[in-house]
Amino acid sequence: MTEKIRKSVSIPEESAVEVSDDLVVGKNSHAENLKADLDNLLDEIDSILETNAEDFVNSYVQKGGE
Amino acid sequence: MALPKVCGIETEYGVISRGFDSSPIVASSVLVNAYAGAFKQSIQWDFGDETPDRDARGFALEDAFPPEVETHMANSVLTNGARYYVDHAHPEVSTPECRTATEVVLYDRAGEEIIKESMKRANALLPDRHEIITYKNNSDGKGNSYGCHENYLVSREMPFGQLATFITTHFVTRQIYCGAGKVGSEFSMEKPDAVSYQITQRADFFEEEIGLETTIRRPIINTRDEPHCDPDKYRRLHVIVGDANMSEYATYLKVGTTSIVLAMIEDGAFPSHLIIDNPVSTIRAVSRDIDMSKAIRLSNGTLKTPLEVQFLILEAAENYYEQSGLDCVSSDDFPREGENILALWRETLSNLSEGGVGSFDTIDWLAKMRLINAYQQKNDLSPNDARLKALDLQYHDMRVGKNLSERMNLRKLITQGDADIARTEPPHSTRAFFRGMCLQRWPEFVVSANWDCLIFDVGEGPLRRIPMMEPLKGTRVLTEDLFNSCSTPMELILALGLEHSELTSFKVSDAF
Repeated sequence: MTEKIRKSVSIPEESAVEVSDDLVVGKNSHAENLKADLDNLLDEIDSILETNAEDFVNSYVQKGGE
Repeated sequence: MALPKVCGIETEYGVISRGFDSSPIVASSVLVNAYAGAFKQSIQWDFGDETPDRDARGFALEDAFPPEVETHMANSVLTNGARYYVDHAHPEVSTPECRTATEVVLYDRAGEEIIKESMKRANALLPDRHEIITYKNNSDGKGNSYGCHENYLVSREMPFGQLATFITTHFVTRQIYCGAGKVGSEFSMEKPDAVSYQITQRADFFEEEIGLETTIRRPIINTRDEPHCDPDKYRRLHVIVGDANMSEYATYLKVGTTSIVLAMIEDGAFPSHLIIDNPVSTIRAVSRDIDMSKAIRLSNGTLKTPLEVQFLILEAAENYYEQSGLDCVSSDDFPREGENILALWRETLSNLSEGGVGSFDTIDWLAKMRLINAYQQKNDLSPNDARLKALDLQYHDMRVGKNLSERMNLRKLITQGDADIARTEPPHSTRAFFRGMCLQRWPEFVVSANWDCLIFDVGEGPLRRIPMMEPLKGTRVLTEDLFNSCSTPMELILALGLEHSELTSFKVSDAF
């Protein structure tokens, strides 16, 4: 995938560090890993969430668009 | 044969300011200027060809309110061929024109990186404890919505009414894998807590089947007839019904499946019995059915679940591929794009028919729902607890370290390195290549730019206009030699035979 994208948009060979998954991988077998990762996230999520959820939600107002 | 599907996405980001009072227009302008100014990319947008009040059905409604074009706000064209600007009260990134769904995902990801870099640069300029924050979502939970619009090149010969009827079937049912998920209801006829969780951000906001508006009485099919290319040959289908996705695979499926369905409609290969009976109420019903078990009514009276309708469209698409191929959604750089879309489409529908577990890492509404359900259970919260709505918003938070979708292990299609490079490099296979290269080579000479032309000031004589009415020309293959042989914009203009062009529009050379 990375190789194709590089070819498509002139990305220099040495610039891509990471390697992406193939476009279509087989049947997803990550269910257990996903569950473990979610448990880890739940353990630390309160440090990521806005401290006052109610104020944050109430003050998130977006008028005008499109 | 169906036209090659040139496509792109426009994303409006939600924006708030912290520590100071600022209108969203000012905050959005600060973001755009912080980015475009820092990179000397303050090329002005040319509004000459903007006709947002033109209706694809060929008439104008007396009570229709066309969107206003705001010319005074921050507006820039980038060296990757994209447009970055303030649209009403939001920062908006329009990807350059792309030939494949993969490239659309690449440039949508590049757009996210542009927004993150803008926040970083803007916040570095602001005093301590002052901050501008953006969200890649589509609603504020209080009935205000902003769009993630898709664009697809289709033939002018296709009768618009037929196109609208068939593509509506896809729009109503594709929600089951394209939806970004939302806590609560914003449908004007019911209370916010009437629904605890639904599949899409946008379904609550659609009130008409077809129409010109994008901000009030939103229609499932938007009839804005503004092709930004040769209007005798092309339409640009402007799609306003989708959600902004955090999952790259969801964006890929959204654009990929829609491109294929449009090609099938152009070639008469769409199953003509698949017409939704009352799409406005059905799009809302599908969004609220998180078990995906309720049947929807077709106009011939039969009942089918959205998943069954999607399987029927997919089977027709597979037959279409067997008979006609899918070159129209593939390119030289991505020759197997059509096959890849079909394979992922089938895999996704199969996963959904088995409860969705296999697509937990590709479908946004499932990933978000898992997180919200787990957090609610762990903390024993009521469905109306504000923390669940906060989780919903922060799934789309564009701050590094605060975005919860990043923590859900969504499958990646694009590497970080590729997204960073696509911030400045244009795609090869459309006129965006020519636009991007001109802005890279000669930014000081480009007076203004838009989708279908560039205007140069070469220092002597009148302004020179280079029309680009063919989206599939101006590509790397067609113009690379030209760029190699020209060292100044005047040489380019002479090579194109435009020395007498001044500000007039006409067709030039085979490169355009």
